Amino acid sequence: MSYALEGSTGTWEIVVGLEVHAQVISKAKLFSGAATDFGAPPNTQVSFVDAAFPGMLPVINRECVAQAVRTGLGLEAHIHLVSRFDRKNYFYADLPAGYQISQYQHPIVGEGRVEIELADGSTRQIGITRLHLEQDAGKSLHDQHPTKSYIDLNRSGVALMEIVSEPDIRSPEEAGAYLRKLRSIVRYLGTCDGNMDEGSMRADVNVSVRKHGEPYRTRCEVKNVNSIRFVMQAIEAEAKRQIEVWEGGGAVEQETRLFDPGRGMTRSMRSKEDAHDYRYFPDPDLLPLVLDEGWVAELKSKLPELPDAKKRRFMQDYGLPAYDAGVLVAEQATADFYEMVAKGRDAKIAANWVMGDLFASLNRQGRTIADSPVSAEALGKLLDLMADSTISGRIAKDVFETMVETGDDPAAIVEAKGLRQVTDTGAIDTVVDTVLAANADKVAEYKAGRDKLFGFFVGQVMKAMAGKGNPALVNEALKRKLA
Amino acid sequence: MMAGVLTDLTIAAAREGLRKREYSSRELTEAHLAAIEALNPRLNAFITITAERALAQADAADAAIARGEFAPLTGIPLAIKDLFCTEGIRTTAGSRILEPFVPPYESTVSANLLRDGAVFLGKANMDEFAMGSSNMTSAYGPVENPWKRRQDSEAALVPGGSSGGSASAVAARIAMGATGTDTGGSIRQPASFCGVAGIKPTYGRCSRWGIVAFASSLDQAGPFARTVEDCAILLGSMAGHDPKDSTSANVPVPDFAAACGRDVKGLRIGVPREYRLDGMPEDIERLWQQGIAWLRDAGAEVVDVSLPHTKYGLTTYYIVAPAECSSNLARYDGVRFGKREPGSDLRDLYERTRAAGFGAEVRRRVLIGTYVLSAGYYDAYYVRAQKVRALILRDFTETFAKVDALLAPTAPSAAFAQGDNMDDPIKMYLNDAFTIPSSMAGVPGMSVPAGLDANGLPLGLQVIGKPFDEETVFAVAAAIERASGITALPQVRAGA
Repeated sequence: MSYALEGSTGTWEIVVGLEVHAQVISKAKLFSGAATDFGAPPNTQVSFVDAAFPGMLPVINRECVAQAVRTGLGLEAHIHLVSRFDRKNYFYADLPAGYQISQYQHPIVGEGRVEIELADGSTRQIGITRLHLEQDAGKSLHDQHPTKSYIDLNRSGVALMEIVSEPDIRSPEEAGAYLRKLRSIVRYLGTCDGNMDEGSMRADVNVSVRKHGEPYRTRCEVKNVNSIRFVMQAIEAEAKRQIEVWEGGGAVEQETRLFDPGRGMTRSMRSKEDAHDYRYFPDPDLLPLVLDEGWVAELKSKLPELPDAKKRRFMQDYGLPAYDAGVLVAEQATADFYEMVAKGRDAKIAANWVMGDLFASLNRQGRTIADSPVSAEALGKLLDLMADSTISGRIAKDVFETMVETGDDPAAIVEAKGLRQVTDTGAIDTVVDTVLAANADKVAEYKAGRDKLFGFFVGQVMKAMAGKGNPALVNEALKRKLA
Repeated sequence: MMAGVLTDLTIAAAREGLRKREYSSRELTEAHLAAIEALNPRLNAFITITAERALAQADAADAAIARGEFAPLTGIPLAIKDLFCTEGIRTTAGSRILEPFVPPYESTVSANLLRDGAVFLGKANMDEFAMGSSNMTSAYGPVENPWKRRQDSEAALVPGGSSGGSASAVAARIAMGATGTDTGGSIRQPASFCGVAGIKPTYGRCSRWGIVAFASSLDQAGPFARTVEDCAILLGSMAGHDPKDSTSANVPVPDFAAACGRDVKGLRIGVPREYRLDGMPEDIERLWQQGIAWLRDAGAEVVDVSLPHTKYGLTTYYIVAPAECSSNLARYDGVRFGKREPGSDLRDLYERTRAAGFGAEVRRRVLIGTYVLSAGYYDAYYVRAQKVRALILRDFTETFAKVDALLAPTAPSAAFAQGDNMDDPIKMYLNDAFTIPSSMAGVPGMSVPAGLDANGLPLGLQVIGKPFDEETVFAVAAAIERASGITALPQVRAGA
C-alpha cells in the first residue's frame, strides 16, 4: 500500500526530491591547502585563499576530485570527463569572496541511481540527477555576543558533494531509506563520514503534493535539515501544510523554508524581495576540469564492494534471507565483522548471533560494532565450542554474557566455570536413572500416554546436570530408558 | 658618476656596469631615489616610495656582487605597479578601499624579480583596480606624462592607463623598468603615450597569483622599459609556470633577450586592415606605413590580412571584463581587510564601505558587470560575448596560420590632456580599441616607440604575436626600434 495523505478533498500523493550536501573526506580543502579537521578552534584552518585575500587564486585538490568520482561510480552514475566550475555570487559575511565556487552547468557526475529497501521487503530505484563539487561557506555565529556576529572560516572552502535526486521519492519512509542508503554508500567508499549531527551530511528537501495521476505541482524547498528523522518529519509537515493551502483554495508558492523540529512545522525562510540572483558564470580562475579516462577506470577498479553487491553475495554465498543480508551490510564494519565470524562456520548461526546477541549487547551498552567488547574472532571461537559440542547453545548464551562483561576468551570461561558439556553416556545414564527413580509417578503417567512429560524429564536431567548435559545424548538416554 | 647618467642607463648597460664595478647598486638606487624625490611630487608616478627598503636591497645586491654572485637583475631598481601584492608593503590597487591593506604575501611575479636580485623603489600609481586608460581614476591622484606638447608645454598630459605610474616612471627615468598589468591595453597604451616599450605577454605566461584581480580571464602581467631588450630581460625574470595559478602555462621560458637580436628577414608580417578608426590622426597612419617600410627594408614580407571580428572587440570586452570584475571585487566588503565604514547592520556596512571605497569608474563597471550577469540578461550579454570572443580568437588563429606577427598602431591617439575624454566613458574606452582584440585572444602584444606626432608626442607601434611566441614579437619590435632611431627625450626627466 503506497503512502498517501488524506485531505478534505481526497487522497494526496507526495513528491520529494533530495539535495544532499556531503562533506568530502580529504585532508585539505577543495581549492586550498588548509586543513579540514572537524572541531578545530575557530579560524585556525584558514588560508589566504579561504579568506579571499586580494590576488589569491584557487587550485583544485586532486583528492577531492577523486572522491567525487568514486562517489559517482558508487551511485552507478555517468562520470563527465569534462566538467566546469562556476561562481555563484552573493554577499554574506561568512562567504569571503562574495561568491561560492560550484558546478552549476557542467557537473562532474551525471545520472545515476540508488536502490532503496523498504520495511515490507520491497525495493525501489531512486534516480540521481547529478553530483557536483562545490565549496562550503564559513559559519556565522549569531549567539555569542548581544550585538555582534562572529565568523568562523574553518569550514570556508571545504569540499562538498551536492548529490541531487530525481523527484522519485513518495513517502517519508522512502526518504529515510534513501538517506540511509546514501550514507551507507559514501561510508563504504570512504568519501564522506555521513555524520549528520556534525553537519558533514545535510539535506535540502524539495516537497510537493498532488492528486494521483496529476503532473507535478509547485514545490517548496526545506533547507538544511540535519537528521534523517527530521527529514522524514519535515516532509510530512510540509506536505500537510501544502495540502491545507491547496484545499483552502490557495496556491502553494515556490519558496525556501526551514523546518522547526521543536514545533514540527516549516516556516518561510525569506521573502520574494530577498530572492537571490546568483549571477552564475564560469570561474575564470579555473580551467575546465578534464579527467583522464584511464584514471577514472583505475579509481573504479579500486572501489570496495558496495552494499548492494555485498548483500547479493551474502544471500548467495551464505544463504542468508534478504532481510538479514540487508541488516548485515548496512555498515561496512558490521559486514566485515560478520564475515570474519561466518568464515568456515555455519553462516546462518553466525548471522543469528551477530544480529541477535551481539547487536543486543551493543545496544545495551550504547556501543558500535567498531568498539564491540566481543571481537569477531572471540565470537567465532564461541560458535566453534558449540559446533564441537564442548558447550550447548544454552550455555553459550551465558558464556557470551561473560565475554561481554570481561572480554575473556570463551574457552577460558568454559574451563574456569567448568561449563564443559557432559558427553559421558555413563554419567548421563546415572543422572537419568536418578531422575526417573525420583519421579516414578510421572514415569507411569508418561508410559500411560502423556508424551509431553518427556520435556519435563529433559528439564529435570539438565537441571541436575547444571545445564551441562549434551542435549542430544540426554534425549537419547531418556528415550532409551523410557521405552 | 653623475646621477643623470646613471638614470639614463638601460638595464642591459647597468648590468654590465654593476658587473664591472663601475658603480654600485647603492649608487644606482640612490640616483633613482633622488630623482623620485625631485620629480614624483610633480609626476605622482609612485603611490608609495620604499626608499629604505630599496637601499637595503641595493646593499644586499652589492654584497652579492662582491661575492661574485650575479642574478639576471641583481641591483637593478624597478617600480612595481601597485596591483602586485608586496609582502609588508602597502598595496592599494589605486583604490581607497585598500588604503590600509598591507599584504602578508608577495605576488609570484614580484617574488620572481626579487629572486633575480631586483631592487624595488616603490609602488607605482595606477587607475583604480586597473580600470582606466588615463590614470585619472586613481584614488591617489592623476599621474603626469613626462612628455609635453611642443605648442602647449604647460598642459599636463595623461600617461595612459591603467599602468600610468609605471610608464611615466620609466619614461622620466626615475625607474629603470617597471611591472605593469594589461587587461585590455593597460601596458601597451601607456607605453605608447609615454614613449617607452611595454609588452603584454601571452595569457598564462606570468602568474596572476598575488596580483589584485580585475578581469581574471584577461589580466596579464608584463614589463615596461626604455628598450625592447630591457623588456625582454625583465619578462625573462617575471615569467614562468606557477602551480598556484591554475591558468599559468606550464611552458619553458625561452631566452627572450637573445630573441631581440634575431633577424626579421623572411618573416611574414600581417597588416590588419581593421585597425583604423574614423578620425584617427594622420600621424598614426603615417607612422604605421613607416613601420611597414622599415620591416620590409629589414627583409620581412608584409601582407595585408583581415581580422573581421576586430570591430566587436571593444563591446565584447566591456561585457566580459566588467562581468568578471563585478565578481572579483565582491570580496572588498570591509569585513576581513582594507577599509571599513561602520554600518547599522551587515548590509549597511557593505553599502557604506563600498560606496566610500570605490571610485566612479569602478562603480560603473561593477554595475555593468552585475547587469550583464543578471538573470534574463546573461544569455543576451555574457554568453553572446563569449561566443564573439571565440570568433575573435579564431580570427587570430586563422591569420597566424599565414603570418608570423601582426603590425598595427598601439593606440588611436597620442597622449591627451588630463581631464580630456572624462565626459564620455565610451570615448575613453576607445583608447583600447587596438589592444583589446589581442587581450581577448590571449595573444602577446608589444608597444614599441616608433616616432613622434606633429606635437612632438611619442607614438607606439604594436607587434602582435602567436601564443607563446614572444620571441618573434621581441625580434620584430627590436627591428622597429633600431630603424626608428628616436633620440627625442621627455621634457620632464631625471638629469634634465
